Amino acid sequence: MADLSINLAGIRSPNPFWVASAPPSNTAYQCHRAFEAGWGGVVWKTIGDPIVNVSSRYSSHNVGGMRMVGFNNIELISDRSIEVNFKEIKECKERWPDRAVIASLMTDTRENWHDMMKRARDAGADGVELNFGCPHGMCERGMGSAVGQNPDVIETIVGWVMEAAEIPVIVKLTPNITDITQPARAAKRAGADAISMINTINSVTQVDLDRLVPEPYVDGKSAHGGYCGPAVKPIALNMVHSCAADPDVQLPISGIGGIGNWRDAAEFIALGSTSVQVCTAIMHYGFRIVEDMIDGLSNYLDDKGMDSVNELCGKAVKVVDRWETLNLNYKRIASIDYDKCIGCNLCYVACEDGAHQAIALTEAGERGLGPGRLPGKPIPEIKDEECVGCNLCSIVCPVDQCITMVDVDTGKPPMTWKEYQEKLASGEMKPIPAHP
Amino acid sequence: MTRQRRTDQETAARMMADIEPAYTDQQAQVEADRCLYCFDAPCIMACPTGIDIPAFIKKIAVQNNRGAARTILSSNILGASCARVCPTTVLCEGACVLQDRDQKPIKIGRLQRYATDAVAGKEASLLEKPAAATGKKVAVIGGGPAGLGCAAEMARLGHAVTIFERRPEAGGLNTYGIAYYKLTPEVSLDEVEVVKSLGVEIRCGVEVGVDLPMADLQKDYDAVFLGVGLGHTYTLGIPGEDLPEVMEALAFIEEIHTQPLHEVAVGEHVVVIGCGNTAIDAVTQAKRLGATSATIVYRRGEKDMPAYAYEYEIAKADGCGFVFHAAPVEVLGESSVTGLKVIRTEPDAEGRARPVPGSESVIPCDMVIKALGQEKQVQMLQTLLPDLALDAKGRVVRDEKTGQTSVPGVFAGGDAANGGREVVNAVAEGKKAARGIHAALCGDAVEGPVQHTRVGVPGSKPVGSGLDRPVRVPEAEAEYYAAKGER
Ligand SMILES: Cc1cc2nc3c(=O)[nH]c(=O)nc-3n(C[C@H](O)[C@H](O)[C@H](O)COP(=O)(O)OP(=O)(O)OC[C@H]3O[C@@H](n4cnc5c(N)ncnc54)[C@H](O)[C@@H]3O)c2cc1C
Ligand SMILES: Cc1cc2nc3c(=O)[nH]c(=O)nc-3n(C[C@H](O)[C@H](O)[C@H](O)COP(=O)(O)O)c2cc1C
Ligand code: SF4
Ligand code: SF4
Ligand code: SF4
Repeated sequence: MADLSINLAGIRSPNPFWVASAPPSNTAYQCHRAFEAGWGGVVWKTIGDPIVNVSSRYSSHNVGGMRMVGFNNIELISDRSIEVNFKEIKECKERWPDRAVIASLMTDTRENWHDMMKRARDAGADGVELNFGCPHGMCERGMGSAVGQNPDVIETIVGWVMEAAEIPVIVKLTPNITDITQPARAAKRAGADAISMINTINSVTQVDLDRLVPEPYVDGKSAHGGYCGPAVKPIALNMVHSCAADPDVQLPISGIGGIGNWRDAAEFIALGSTSVQVCTAIMHYGFRIVEDMIDGLSNYLDDKGMDSVNELCGKAVKVVDRWETLNLNYKRIASIDYDKCIGCNLCYVACEDGAHQAIALTEAGERGLGPGRLPGKPIPEIKDEECVGCNLCSIVCPVDQCITMVDVDTGKPPMTWKEYQEKLASGEMKPIPAHP
Repeated sequence: MTRQRRTDQETAARMMADIEPAYTDQQAQVEADRCLYCFDAPCIMACPTGIDIPAFIKKIAVQNNRGAARTILSSNILGASCARVCPTTVLCEGACVLQDRDQKPIKIGRLQRYATDAVAGKEASLLEKPAAATGKKVAVIGGGPAGLGCAAEMARLGHAVTIFERRPEAGGLNTYGIAYYKLTPEVSLDEVEVVKSLGVEIRCGVEVGVDLPMADLQKDYDAVFLGVGLGHTYTLGIPGEDLPEVMEALAFIEEIHTQPLHEVAVGEHVVVIGCGNTAIDAVTQAKRLGATSATIVYRRGEKDMPAYAYEYEIAKADGCGFVFHAAPVEVLGESSVTGLKVIRTEPDAEGRARPVPGSESVIPCDMVIKALGQEKQVQMLQTLLPDLALDAKGRVVRDEKTGQTSVPGVFAGGDAANGGREVVNAVAEGKKAARGIHAALCGDAVEGPVQHTRVGVPGSKPVGSGLDRPVRVPEAEAEYYAAKGER
């Protein structure tokens, strides 16, 4: 069985799965339950001067029958006292010495940051995470994403923290910013040991059309909340990769955002995360989901012949590159397997109205009725010459492996956009004719 | 008009093919995605072996099939055959909460098959390594589901186990008795290999009490598990019963499992007496193997039949006939069967079927299959262990939780102890007894309960949703109502 243990900037845990700083890591009781279920680490619910929360706090973006595709909250940091939180961290760490317990912190002045760092160390925390990400409530008070959106402020505050740091410091970044590498570089410059991302994204999930007030509803009003859950995974992966690939960042990453199973986790790790953190999926299904994460990831690593999860870390970082480095002479086109096609013609309408008019509706002929297509009803046929290989039909098709994208040999050597520009400039090549 | 081959190889293979074919990857994904992943799910409570169903379904949903199979097999070593033979509508699927929101229950059995198929041949590598050897030796009599379930669990607890099986192959009724279109002998024999690969020795062709004295086992082993199942079919006790075309259902089904399918001889017009699940298996398989007509004759009415509703549906869909309220009087024929004389019955005040004098009639047929239920092996058990306590129905008396019988060192489970239930009950009872034996030999209890069997009691009041789900949890309900002082 592959070795799942990790070491993120000196924070060790038996597996890369950490509970994110959020309601599931609110109390020692929950952390015990998490560790019993198998989680490798817990990032404690952000500790600071206790706040007061509103009721209600969450709302959901449901799609069809699926609940919590996206999840939104207007909760603040911990509503428990700083003393109680550190006391419980100590308890937890004593009972689970092999797991990672990380204190998430949020405060304001230099003295307060120093004080919090000392308390975290005294409680036995393996590291701290600085919450520069919370997009609501705290930023109005000059904390959370108000810090995270301003690289200069990040650099200053991380600098203060590093003055007092005796344990590893992770800086948690907000996604509510145009270029995630800017705050990441600032954290690096200030000496942070690692970064984590993403915190939640500004959002309004739904408007109650009778009351005309969005959820979460608080006495006739609502507020912008932080968005997370499966829907944010692509955004998080993009940011994790951007930081992993940036030569000016080069910090270990703890990936967060929409992770719910071993596959999600493996993708974050392949794009450069050392550990991964989970909140929404636990809020939906409980700590037990980690069993599949551990089991599935280790089966996958075994299948791929990797002895350790560290071999997977960053494996896919290099192949995601700038657009201008892609080969303009590569071509793939769609191909339909008529033994699988059920005749819904969604591919046709998608290509006809939404893409490049490269699918015709034709007589079934030799291709027969497949798994149950109606006699006389036309079936889709790819016009190979017209197909630009956009992938749309294969994405739309409801049958697995029915439309596949197959490579076509163009007989031309690889050429990037940059090379193309050079060839144009030197007169070696005429411009490629515009699409008709 | 005699018992003869009535089909060809190709037709036989088609007619006897899986009644529920294997899921494709996409079908499995779609079905797995429907599962709500309930916490402390009722489907788990309804599985006698307590498989963590939501956990394995969730793993299928994320294409961790090996992990799914591990979850299944670590609770139920015969997970592959149970996936095919369990009466899921009255077990896990019957308890699925989706029925309470007007949806079809999750097809747990088919998903279980999908996961176990995915690891066929590699099962043992998935399971946790057995515990350190305890130095204790345990003998298991009978290599059916109960014996295999017990042996696998014992081996995993570190004991040296030997199974003694009187037949040429182990697997019990899984190998010789289940309807072919549900489970082929190959799947059963593969499972036997899995149990062997856990380190269990299986000695086939050894009948304890005949080839090997019971006393030897008691002397040479630290404990003995009795998983001997049931015996022959009850006899009719009517004239003509000894004609050559009168067969026991089990003998007929065994031919299907030991001969090429198209070589199994059936009558042109077959009558099956009885209306339990075995009768259904016999009548449908006779029809599928080429009988022009196959008809069930049952003493009582449609409502009274012991067969499960979905089994009855299979037989009706196969075009089998049903003659209710008719009791057999005589098998007609000189040297071979020509018909069955029956008499009409009516329920008396107590609901028993009483023959109506003068209402005899004849059902022409050339083969009669008796499916009246299996006898307990009282004589064999008393010869093996004269001190073994049996109840009035001939079942081995044993402690429900530990399998301990009245004889020290002897444990029991499966059909011999429960009187004849399902494969999954036999596996669960074997597993419980293994833990009972372990506790007796080593003094430590094994963590993790095996669920008590929770198949529904008709007419009991529902707990929870208030809707009428087919599966009840009688033990839980009894406690609930006792606490409320209602029952
Ligand atoms: C026709 C039929 C169809 C069925 N269909 C289903 C179904 O679809 N689904 C389902 O869940 N259940 C079904 N069942 C029930 C199921 O087969 C049994 O509940 C299950 O097999 C019981 O397991 P067991 O190990 O207790 O007994 P068995 O399977 O009967 O195994 C007992 C074994 O002990 C051996 N043995 C007995 N005495 C000795 C001895 N002295 N020495 C050595 N070996 C001995 C026997 O040869 C046999 O192999 C069916 C039963 C029948 C008869
Ligand atoms: C209700 C709720 C409260 C949260 N509180 C905090 C917090 O106190 N500190 C913090 O750093 N992140 C907080 N988060 C953000 C999560 O830690 C995490 O970054 C985000 O939810 C994305 O992960 P997910 O998609 O797995 O939920 C909170 C998220 C939710 C849903
Ligand atoms: S989950 Fe429901 S019951 Fe629990 S605190 Fe929230 S609103 Fe209340
Ligand atoms: S979308 Fe797929 S299934 Fe539907 S018509 Fe096109 S190829 Fe066939
Ligand atoms: S009860 Fe049904 S929906 Fe719930 S976990 Fe079991 S199979 Fe899934």
